[in-house]
Amino acid sequence: MEHIVIIGNGISGVTAARHIRKLSDKKITIISTETDYFFSRTALMYVYMGHMKFEHTQPYENWFWKKNRIDLVKGYVKTIDHKNNILKIENSTDIVYDKLIIATGSKPNKFGWPGQDLGGVQGLYSKQDLDTLEKNAPNKEVCKRAVIVGGGLIGIEMAEMLRSRDIPVTFLVRESSFWNGVLPSGESQMINEHILEHHIDLRLETNLVEILADENGNAKAIVTDKGDTIKCSVVGLTAGVSPNINFLKDSGIELGRGVKVNRLLETNIPNIYAIGDCAEQHQAIGNRRPIEAVWYTGRMMGETLAQTICGNPTEYKPGHWFNSAKFLDLEYQTYGWVFSERSKSEEEKHFHWRHAKEKICVTIAYHKDTKAFLGINTFGIRMRHNIFDRWLTENKSIEYVLEYLKDAHFDPEFYAHYEKEILAKYNHENGTNITPKKKSWKRIFATSKARA
Amino acid sequence: MMKTIQNIGITIFLVGFGIFAALPFLGNFKLDEKNFEELITNQGIKSEIFIQDLKSKIVGKDFSGITSLAPIVETTINDANKVHSKNKEWGKKVYAGSDDFATAIRKKSGYGFIPENKGLMWFLTFGLGIIGALMFILPQVVTLGKKGIKNDHIYHQSSTNKGWIAWLVFIFLVSFYLVLYFKSEYAVNWTYLVDPISQSLSGNLAGHWFVYGFMYCVVMTVMAIRMYIKYRHNMYQIVRTTSVLFFQIVFAFLIPEIMVRLQLSYSKGYDFKNAFPLDYDFFFSWNLKELISSGGLGLFILVWGILLTVVIVPVMVYFFGKRWYCSWVCGCGGLAETLGDPYRQHSSKSLFSWKVERWLIHGVLLFALVMTGFTLYGFFAETGTVLGIKVQSIMNTYSFLIGAIFAGVIGTGFYPIFGNRVWCRFGCPLAAYLGFVQRFKSRFRITTNGGQCISCGNCSTYCEQGIDVRAYAQKGENIVRSSCVGCGVCSAVCPRGVLKLENGPEEGRINPTEVLLGNDVDLMELVNKK
Repeated sequence: MEHIVIIGNGISGVTAARHIRKLSDKKITIISTETDYFFSRTALMYVYMGHMKFEHTQPYENWFWKKNRIDLVKGYVKTIDHKNNILKIENSTDIVYDKLIIATGSKPNKFGWPGQDLGGVQGLYSKQDLDTLEKNAPNKEVCKRAVIVGGGLIGIEMAEMLRSRDIPVTFLVRESSFWNGVLPSGESQMINEHILEHHIDLRLETNLVEILADENGNAKAIVTDKGDTIKCSVVGLTAGVSPNINFLKDSGIELGRGVKVNRLLETNIPNIYAIGDCAEQHQAIGNRRPIEAVWYTGRMMGETLAQTICGNPTEYKPGHWFNSAKFLDLEYQTYGWVFSERSKSEEEKHFHWRHAKEKICVTIAYHKDTKAFLGINTFGIRMRHNIFDRWLTENKSIEYVLEYLKDAHFDPEFYAHYEKEILAKYNHENGTNITPKKKSWKRIFATSKARA
Repeated sequence: MMKTIQNIGITIFLVGFGIFAALPFLGNFKLDEKNFEELITNQGIKSEIFIQDLKSKIVGKDFSGITSLAPIVETTINDANKVHSKNKEWGKKVYAGSDDFATAIRKKSGYGFIPENKGLMWFLTFGLGIIGALMFILPQVVTLGKKGIKNDHIYHQSSTNKGWIAWLVFIFLVSFYLVLYFKSEYAVNWTYLVDPISQSLSGNLAGHWFVYGFMYCVVMTVMAIRMYIKYRHNMYQIVRTTSVLFFQIVFAFLIPEIMVRLQLSYSKGYDFKNAFPLDYDFFFSWNLKELISSGGLGLFILVWGILLTVVIVPVMVYFFGKRWYCSWVCGCGGLAETLGDPYRQHSSKSLFSWKVERWLIHGVLLFALVMTGFTLYGFFAETGTVLGIKVQSIMNTYSFLIGAIFAGVIGTGFYPIFGNRVWCRFGCPLAAYLGFVQRFKSRFRITTNGGQCISCGNCSTYCEQGIDVRAYAQKGENIVRSSCVGCGVCSAVCPRGVLKLENGPEEGRINPTEVLLGNDVDLMELVNKK
């Protein structure tokens, strides 16, 4: 029986294992050093905030693995001997594989800041990071202030976490406005406002210079490039993540920033594959980055690779880009591509609507000549994924999208609708006279039927 | 500032609550001869032995609140009945229940501060409780911060994480229900507090079930205010809470009382929304006889009750899911969604619990149906014994095990430990019936939004019915489960906008997916073709 060994029990590795089990009878082993069982990394913040217990972040009950004959090994892979198909495990016996899947995820970036390895300085990625934070910042008495370095998704999550325990937070953001490398300015500006509403000391265009140590080797303050020294006992380093592949340095597996893979997710070594955050495509797919540290792409790679390994070679072909996030109380969804002013092409034009009072806004990107719909960002309004997926496939125009926007509305029942206001603004700006069509179940279901 | 108001609020609440909890054991009772005679007449007692014996034991004597009268009544009944049985004086035997009799004695004979200061005592219990609770709840408009999901520290706090506060609440609730169902004589002091309210509504003095009904409405109203604040960003929660509050106060509480006041032919009042088999005694012989003999109104209620169960309920479930009943109308659901909301996360999501749930809830439905079959047969055949089994004993067993212990003591008493829907999930026969309709013939579903799920687990954690919502959402599957009561909280707590409760075409409602939306179409076709 073929032995499939997976390094990493995150979403990519576990999805691969589950689908290989669905498709075959192969022997499956997952090796992880992080936790005994798979958990949802994205939910770690909710454990600290007391919304959930750690066990709630585990999508499968503990009996699931044995029942599905997925062997779990807790151990750290030191080296890979690909000539003999052997994994050397720290303090444990070797494991022999027939096919190997590398799904080791990411680690927080550190950019060589002085003091970056002091006590109290940490990222927020792993279960261990959560445990460390619980120790470093149990309450506002122990942690009188925290400084977070890096204005991305993890940074704002960490700020929200610490604020839930009333810990004062200073948030250093390199950009001139939060996440404006990704978001258009209107949205980025709205989040700036929202961050301040949550009493977070937001410092834009501010970089970390160094972290100062106390006599015990713990962080006691940071120095910014504006010359400020900020006293703090916890420093969150959240300036992005990079593939967790140090142990592969001399393995003979081709590495870039991540493990180099082709569209079949194969590395340069036969029978070794890489998926998830640690995989790097030779060629970026569409507008996607070569390394995509996103939950659902890890899952899709796992599904895809399971097909290949079970005798149905299948290329990784992610469909239209989509994603979502939550910034404090603001829900964000995106479908298709909406680039920020900093990165968008000349052809990409934006239509932006923002609610007069509430923190709700919509940005639609379209081609300035053809009016083709390119993508949408929504804040405070939920949208239907399959509708936008279809509109992108069918290359609809922005005016079509606006006309049928009610079909895509996904907020709970009784929520206010904004289609009229959105259209009014578009009509006003463009001299058009589009009126919103009523929601139609027929049209909504046409999508899923085409899909099924 | 807000914290101070909240702390004062808690103190005031605890004072009111403490007085309320102490009342069963306070006060004095002394039955005079006139009241005794009245009681004997009201209860229709014909046994001189019993009357003489009880009179000598009770009349003119002082009893403190803590002494139970029920054992005295019980021995008196037993002694009298022994003699009557021996003498074959069947007509003289006493059939009154000792607990009810003891309660009646107490109600008639209380004296002293409590019954003489009903208004003041109401204020010191209910009044302080309400004021204190509101002082704790209202500042949350500020303390919770910006509107949004505010579940911070639920698993850090003793009250919501099965700590000592939760266990104290559990002990109080269980004791409270035990008193109500089995030791109502101890509830008599509570009835004095609400006598004026009862009299203004029905014209009668309050019994312990009136206390319960009134308290139910008060607790739901106060906790509904908490819901309005907590979910002030969520119109679905606001509308639903308002609906469930309206049906409790108007249909379950006010209309039955007003029916009594109007002295309508059907004299005991009727909750028009309470559908069989949750209303399990609707088809009991005595109720049918009463309905049939009560003229037009009785017949209307009979027809309405049958229509409600056979037509209205399933048709509504077809269009809207069982939520229209369970989390928009039902009283049990109403309490669960208000008082029980802080405990919703305690429902077990294990596969094992789901198995237990299916056996139990369908077992109770079967029990209710079989019992009803027996009572109907007994009613039409005019017999008390069917297939050699006494119908009354089946009815008593159901009333005790399901009606009192399961629905009351466990159903609500266990809120702080097993979550707020123990009864609705494991026991309610109506929920089981609606569940069948919802699962097999309904337009309702919780739609999963393509591939947006990040498996965080908030939906599953906060599902009061113990549904592992995430198990469906992370596969891109819609949630179509018989037990879902459509409270909408999974959708509310989802950080990624993945879930939406909606009513749509039946076709495509259940959508098993091999591969999630997001992967390229080619791959999906490939997989689906297999």
